[in-house]
Amino acid sequence: MPGSPLRRKLLTTLLLAPAGAWLIVFLVLPFIAIIIFSVGERAPEGGYQAALTLTQYANLPARAAAFWNTLILAPVGAFACLLVAYPVAYYLALKASQRWRLILLALIVIPFWTSLLMRTYAWMYILGGRGIPTLLAYVGIEDLRLINTPGAVLLGIVYGYLPLMILPIYVSLERLDRRLLEASADLGAKPVSTFFGITFRLSLPGVTTGFSLVMILLLGEYLIPTMLGGGKVFFLGNALVDLFLQSRNWPFGSAIAVTLVLVSVVVLIIANRVSSRFSGARQVDLI
Amino acid sequence: MRAFIAAVFAFLYLPIALVVLFSFNAGRHASELTGLSTQWYGKALSNPFLVEALKNSLFIATTSAFLAAVIGTAAALGLARVSPRIRAAFDALLGAAIVVPGVVIGISTLVALVQLFDAVNPMLASIWPGDAPPRLALGYGSIIAAHGLFSMALVSMIVRTRLGSLDRSLVEASSDLYATPFTTFRSIVLPQIMPAVLAGFLLAFTFSFDDFIIAFFVAGSQTTLPIYVFASIRRGVTPEINAIATIVLCASVFMVLLAQLLLRKRTPSH
Repeated sequence: MPGSPLRRKLLTTLLLAPAGAWLIVFLVLPFIAIIIFSVGERAPEGGYQAALTLTQYANLPARAAAFWNTLILAPVGAFACLLVAYPVAYYLALKASQRWRLILLALIVIPFWTSLLMRTYAWMYILGGRGIPTLLAYVGIEDLRLINTPGAVLLGIVYGYLPLMILPIYVSLERLDRRLLEASADLGAKPVSTFFGITFRLSLPGVTTGFSLVMILLLGEYLIPTMLGGGKVFFLGNALVDLFLQSRNWPFGSAIAVTLVLVSVVVLIIANRVSSRFSGARQVDLI
Repeated sequence: MRAFIAAVFAFLYLPIALVVLFSFNAGRHASELTGLSTQWYGKALSNPFLVEALKNSLFIATTSAFLAAVIGTAAALGLARVSPRIRAAFDALLGAAIVVPGVVIGISTLVALVQLFDAVNPMLASIWPGDAPPRLALGYGSIIAAHGLFSMALVSMIVRTRLGSLDRSLVEASSDLYATPFTTFRSIVLPQIMPAVLAGFLLAFTFSFDDFIIAFFVAGSQTTLPIYVFASIRRGVTPEINAIATIVLCASVFMVLLAQLLLRKRTPSH
């Protein structure tokens, strides 16, 4: 039988100590550090000078374009993902045969775990000057600009984040009690009202999980707007790279990062409210 | 409905397929396939900067995934033994480690480490007996630490799912037969969670190997493969990049399929 309570406690502590230390040193403390930086001032040579001021936050409108682009394209992108993802998740969970379901699920998980850089590069390649525009020129459509437009960024977003949207919706649809659908049909409900009254309602936790995950990751997205938006579609991620790695205004960058995290927290709280209204919390497996 | 599903899968895979196809292009241009050749692979693999970046990435991914597998598994085992309150605190932090965007992880690690190094380096210099005191700087260590944060949380999540479906009766039978807790762990629990640990390792490796944004902030003067590729893309699209992309994509696909096989074994209801 297990040893004395003391030994048991010691073992538990030993098991948790490394993870706890890692979380504190590389997650909690760094986050406290950027909060401190965000109320500081920029040193003349760049970097940080201790202070207690809200100047950096008052200065946020200086990056208004990046805020607007992000705050518009992130929800729009997440919504576009949802429109494409829902039918796929529905088909996988309720229509596909067991064998096909496993194969198709694997085909969705694989892109999720492959390099976003390489996958975004693929679109850069296709939309770029020597890709589709050259092909279109053969059939007489000339000078069509595809890359470096908001549309290209939106396409890249849907492409990059589709798997992350499909998986949680699939999970909530797969656990749906099918007898409810039969009962609804037996009671004379039309397929459309069965769908909106039961299926969609019960899949809302998955929808909100997917939507909030995609939206939060989009708030910090850098690669897609950089590669497919050129210098024209700036996101907060671009502003942060500029402020930390090029113009070295760390306090202002920290204020933007803290704001970004606060927006994410608000998104998560709203998502939590929505999904707990419709059912209990659900775990999503990413593999 | 079926046509729509087929279109979505085509949308997911055609761009990748094109990149792979044109990596074998004899010519330079994306618009025309002028014959098949493997010359771009040769060019890529004889580029010393690229090989250096590849070696760095392999080292960083292996180390961070190994640390994450050990520490994440220990955390998963430990969390099964603590009060709900401590578990909730860990859950919140582990969840944050997964959900917080990479940009924020990168920035905050950069800020914190630079402050720390600025404080520690003068102290090291003052107590160092020789002329050239060691200087702490951003590099391998900071990338490994920042990647390990996400990966550890990921491994602990995967292993906990497996622990939840563990056959308890075997554990009880083992201790009824007077096996020590350690023996029970080694011969009953460990074999059952091992596939999940390995799958976690593979996914952690894939994450670290593919990550651009975190490494971009904390790499210091080091270069990883994604950082090198990103810099080359900014200079212009070439078939050489297609060749590298193809190699990286194949490696990820292999790793993920292996991870899925490991997780599917003995959990048919997954």
